[in-house]
Amino acid sequence: MTELTDLGIAAIRNGVRDGDFSAREVAEAFNAAVAAAKPLNAFLVETPDHALAAADAADTARAAGETLKPMAGVPIGMKDLFCTKGVATTASSHILEGFTPEYESTVSQNLWNAGAGMLGKLNMDQFAMGSSNETSYFGNVVSPWRRSDGGNADLAPGGSSGGSSAAVAARIAPGATGTDTGGSIRQPAAFVGISGIKPTYGRCSRWGTIAFASSLDQAGPMARDVRDCAIMLEAMAGFDAKDATSLDLPVPQWEAQLNASLKGKRVGIPKEYRVDGMPTEIEALWQQGIAWLKDAGAEIVDVSLPHTKYALPAYYIIAPAEASSNLARYDGVRYGLRDLPDGANLQEMYAKTRAEGFGDEVKRRILIGTYVLSAGFYDAYYTQAQKVRTLIARDFQRAWEACDVLLTPTAPSAAFALDEKSADPLAMYLNDVFTVPSSLAGLPAMSVPGGLDAAGLPLGLQIIGKPLDEQGVLNAALAIEERAGFTARPGKWW
Amino acid sequence: MSVDTATVRRIAGLARIAITDEEAARLAPELGNILDFIEQLGEVDTAGIAPMTAVIPNHLRLRDDVVTDGGIRDRVLANAPQAEHGFFTVPKVIE
Repeated sequence: MTELTDLGIAAIRNGVRDGDFSAREVAEAFNAAVAAAKPLNAFLVETPDHALAAADAADTARAAGETLKPMAGVPIGMKDLFCTKGVATTASSHILEGFTPEYESTVSQNLWNAGAGMLGKLNMDQFAMGSSNETSYFGNVVSPWRRSDGGNADLAPGGSSGGSSAAVAARIAPGATGTDTGGSIRQPAAFVGISGIKPTYGRCSRWGTIAFASSLDQAGPMARDVRDCAIMLEAMAGFDAKDATSLDLPVPQWEAQLNASLKGKRVGIPKEYRVDGMPTEIEALWQQGIAWLKDAGAEIVDVSLPHTKYALPAYYIIAPAEASSNLARYDGVRYGLRDLPDGANLQEMYAKTRAEGFGDEVKRRILIGTYVLSAGFYDAYYTQAQKVRTLIARDFQRAWEACDVLLTPTAPSAAFALDEKSADPLAMYLNDVFTVPSSLAGLPAMSVPGGLDAAGLPLGLQIIGKPLDEQGVLNAALAIEERAGFTARPGKWW
Repeated sequence: MSVDTATVRRIAGLARIAITDEEAARLAPELGNILDFIEQLGEVDTAGIAPMTAVIPNHLRLRDDVVTDGGIRDRVLANAPQAEHGFFTVPKVIE
């Protein structure tokens, strides 16, 4: 029999249902794998008892002949951006160190309601600001992947959901939650050879998810394949009256409607995604992806998204502006860190607490956001960025007249080494060049592994869909998955 | 766009983040580079374009005007760095 930790979400669910193994055996196997993977630094908190309790509930339900819940017996990792009742939640920051939520985020509660259990809380870029998981207060997450050149440089697992990507790729969790503001699910998924989908803005409730940029933040699943993502997204999504931007729509049966035949579908190839200096391997993989989708029956059409080059600058106004406002709540009064030097007044306490509690990248973004929103600059920066955002969304609307989904690379490079890019904030921002436009437009988008580069590192392809058409995204991704036959996995060194 | 250290100090003051002289000197060119990058938005013709307000058309809902929670003072205060007599406490603000 294969190792239980080699199984994905669907295989675990089916095996528990069919009695091939117990949910407790699965939870114990993953708990042990998590405990043995400390060098990855993927987990901030381990919660083996949570996973075991959910497993026992699944086993008891099965013994009683009950219909099992959709994720019964499946243990998952929870990104530390989601508030979990009674379990420390920090967003990988110092300022929230010691914070133990008195409430449960809607997304995590939905997963528990679906029968899933929690292996622990996953490390991430601090407040989800980063593309390499190097901004965590609790240290870098190390990718389980190594280059095939025999060197053992520690590689970035991508970010901000770097603990999630590393855990799934290392087979210490069959699935994990991620959040995506400008690419934080898709880029890390691409870096480690797994799948991840950001649904349409509003599909997943933001309630209880620590806010970064509220008009962009969306939760989504990261898992080993497309089917597992569909199962987990069904559990996570749904209307929530506690989030004013939650969409009041039924959750489609994405898994049941998976269909890799793309007959009658048109796939758009946006010419603006061909950027200078992109490795030839990524261009080659893109061409391969086009061939795969043709083989699945799709018609390929060239489309233009003329404002693509302005997406990143618009994002780096809008996201910091919203962050500077959202992070104003960390003031040393209601929760988290307080730094109160002897004799300091209230204003000094705020400033010292925030200086002590925020990392460099978080400060940088708060300062940029404060600057672009400050008197005299608001219209030139923020209003202009929101107008450009309208133009970017309009580009996509026009593309949908010619095609049903778009195919692009997920990231402009394979995983880089830790420390390789962290000295230059702007170079780091360019990682998100292909993922940010669809975030600004609120569209569903997914990364699926396509192949390996010459150094033996995974490369991902991105499918972007129309609003609410997660099904079209999942189906095109499935067509790629079936043809790519991606089975590479990192050798265990940890 | 060059940013001087006085500007960094002013912005940090607005953001309520204490910074040292060394930090201000380091941040000035970093923020300048980022602002240079985002300033390319100025070349986009946005005449007659409405700023984005919602990415997915959605109407703000109104809920019934009723009390939905309350009576959880201790839970609200549970994570406070300092709470006394059922209140958040801060340094004295009234002389």
